[in-house]
Amino acid sequence: MTPEIIIPLLAATIQSGTPILYATLGEIITEKSGVLNLGVEGMMLCGAFGGFLVAMYTGNPLLGFLGGGLFGAMMGAIHGLVCLTFQGNQVVSGLALTILGTGLANYWGTPFVGQTAPGFAPFSFPLLGSLPGIGPIAFKHDALIYISYILPLAVWFVLRHTRFGLALRSVGEYPEAASAAGIHIKRYRWTGILTGGFLIGLGGAYLSLAYTHLWTNGITAGRGWIAVALVIFAFWKPGRAVFGAYLFGGVMAFQFRLQAMGTHIPSSLLMMLPYALTILVLVLSSLRGRHTQAPGALGVNIEPAD
Amino acid sequence: MLDIRVHTRQAPLPWWGSCLILFSAVFFSLAMSAGLLALQGKPPLEGMLLFLQSGFGSSWAIEDCLAKAVPIFLCSLGVAITFRLQIWNIGAEGQYALGAVGATWAALTFPNLPGYLLLPCMLMSATVLGGLWGLIPALLKIKLQVNEIIVTLMLNYIGILVLEYMVYGPWKDPSSFGMPMTPEFSAAGIVGFIGETRLNWGLFLCLGIGILVTIFLKYTRYGFALKACGENPRAARYARLPYNGLVVMVLVFSGALAGWAGFLEASSSLNRLEPSIMAGYGYTAIVVAWLARLNPLAIAIASFLLAGLRVGVEGIQLDLQVPAAFGGVMEGLILLTILAGSFFQHYTLSLKQSHTSEKTNQ
Repeated sequence: MTPEIIIPLLAATIQSGTPILYATLGEIITEKSGVLNLGVEGMMLCGAFGGFLVAMYTGNPLLGFLGGGLFGAMMGAIHGLVCLTFQGNQVVSGLALTILGTGLANYWGTPFVGQTAPGFAPFSFPLLGSLPGIGPIAFKHDALIYISYILPLAVWFVLRHTRFGLALRSVGEYPEAASAAGIHIKRYRWTGILTGGFLIGLGGAYLSLAYTHLWTNGITAGRGWIAVALVIFAFWKPGRAVFGAYLFGGVMAFQFRLQAMGTHIPSSLLMMLPYALTILVLVLSSLRGRHTQAPGALGVNIEPAD
Repeated sequence: MLDIRVHTRQAPLPWWGSCLILFSAVFFSLAMSAGLLALQGKPPLEGMLLFLQSGFGSSWAIEDCLAKAVPIFLCSLGVAITFRLQIWNIGAEGQYALGAVGATWAALTFPNLPGYLLLPCMLMSATVLGGLWGLIPALLKIKLQVNEIIVTLMLNYIGILVLEYMVYGPWKDPSSFGMPMTPEFSAAGIVGFIGETRLNWGLFLCLGIGILVTIFLKYTRYGFALKACGENPRAARYARLPYNGLVVMVLVFSGALAGWAGFLEASSSLNRLEPSIMAGYGYTAIVVAWLARLNPLAIAIASFLLAGLRVGVEGIQLDLQVPAAFGGVMEGLILLTILAGSFFQHYTLSLKQSHTSEKTNQ
């Protein structure tokens, strides 16, 4: 392979990995607080639509991006209401959220199909962009990708090295002990759901504002579910999430390139790749015997005391 | 200062209480849907009335509901049995696709068989392929503890792509002017309608399997084991209940039932395989299973109601230009409100003067 092929491919890898990275980091925060959220796909779709809508009406892509995050957080709030306030089953609530989110994004989005919104344009990062090799791969992107370079570090730092992160993890790991230590469990779980939802929404907004600049129904195409799987693959660690997200980004970029080049492999078979890889990745993480690394109280509701 | 207190219910809620919760949850979600219509400048009350009218308001609509309830019921019955074991099969959609592919394979391979041989043959291959799509997550679950939720979901995407591959590629009808569809099945490969109605004989298949499952759950040792394992898998293992065997059994059974639904849809509604067969029944099945609290008879009723929801949405889609996705919105809202509503199954609320704050004030 020549650099003329490999450099654009790696650059495309980062582009298609980024929305998954945002969503995976969001889901890691939520799950670290002990809440299982299977609604990522629906939340991402709502974030994608929310971001598109806000950007279209304000003309400001940054506001749109934040709006997408807010849509994601609002969907998260529904999950919180059902699971934290009303003690609903977290698995089913997440599934319902995916059904609802997919429905809402298509319901509101159908009139906008094919329309464009002002989005983010790539620019060469000062100094770093002119580096040979790494420059064209990693530093000729839009601002949202540059943010996503810092984000995993920030999430890792907050979870690992702050009092807040310690409290959040303890609520997910051993809520009874956390409660005995005076930590307000629900408050932390709400924080986990809402910040996680915000990041998931940002991941969706990336799709409609930077990856493409136009609205199509079902824009996420299963990326939300891939993010849920990646959390397991990453053993709930932000650093490994980066690796996983770019792995999937690479496969997606490779598949699109093959299709664009006009290979004789039917597109429906190529499109199976990321989904088959998801299963493979789960099998591999399980073979390494690390599935026990899930937060101890993941998916368990805290029953109200009398 | 007033505060809300939560108490665990001492006595179990009587049946009318459960019904009341269910009705209020559904009513609440319908009200929210009406609100969504209003947000888009559509008349909310008229819209909902039109929705009910076109969903349940005529014998033509009822017939349509029953026809659509068949695939939903089959998918949901299977899904509900896995849910009883706390195994989350989200893969009915893909299992349905594979069932349709299996049935189509038989119909296209043996077009000259008489109906009494071809239809069982199609049913068998739908069972095998649908069951296989349930077997994969089952084996991964018991051998490697791989999360079945994500595997079944990924198999949905893959299953639909398998179906698309077949209809765009090897099975494409040369005379379809480029449309992605297989040739029409031979007359022997078509499940007929009952009398003058638009209902196919699959309805009786539902009736039969529904009764069998009820008997299985209520009166057999395995039905009991299923319940025990679902409530506490660890204790069940200590009691030497065959947990792993049950996981395989429910997932394969669930896949096979969804496969039957795919077979019936291909063979009676479309008479061929084409991508439009994927109508999201596999996801509706999850809503139905939860709405019916995993009980077979209730699943039958709930399948009918959710089929009515689809028919009703089709009605307002035409008359009010509401996107088809409105149905998904309503399904999501119903599931969420029912989940939240089940809180009142186990707890009561009371408003009272907070004692703690009084004490600190004194």
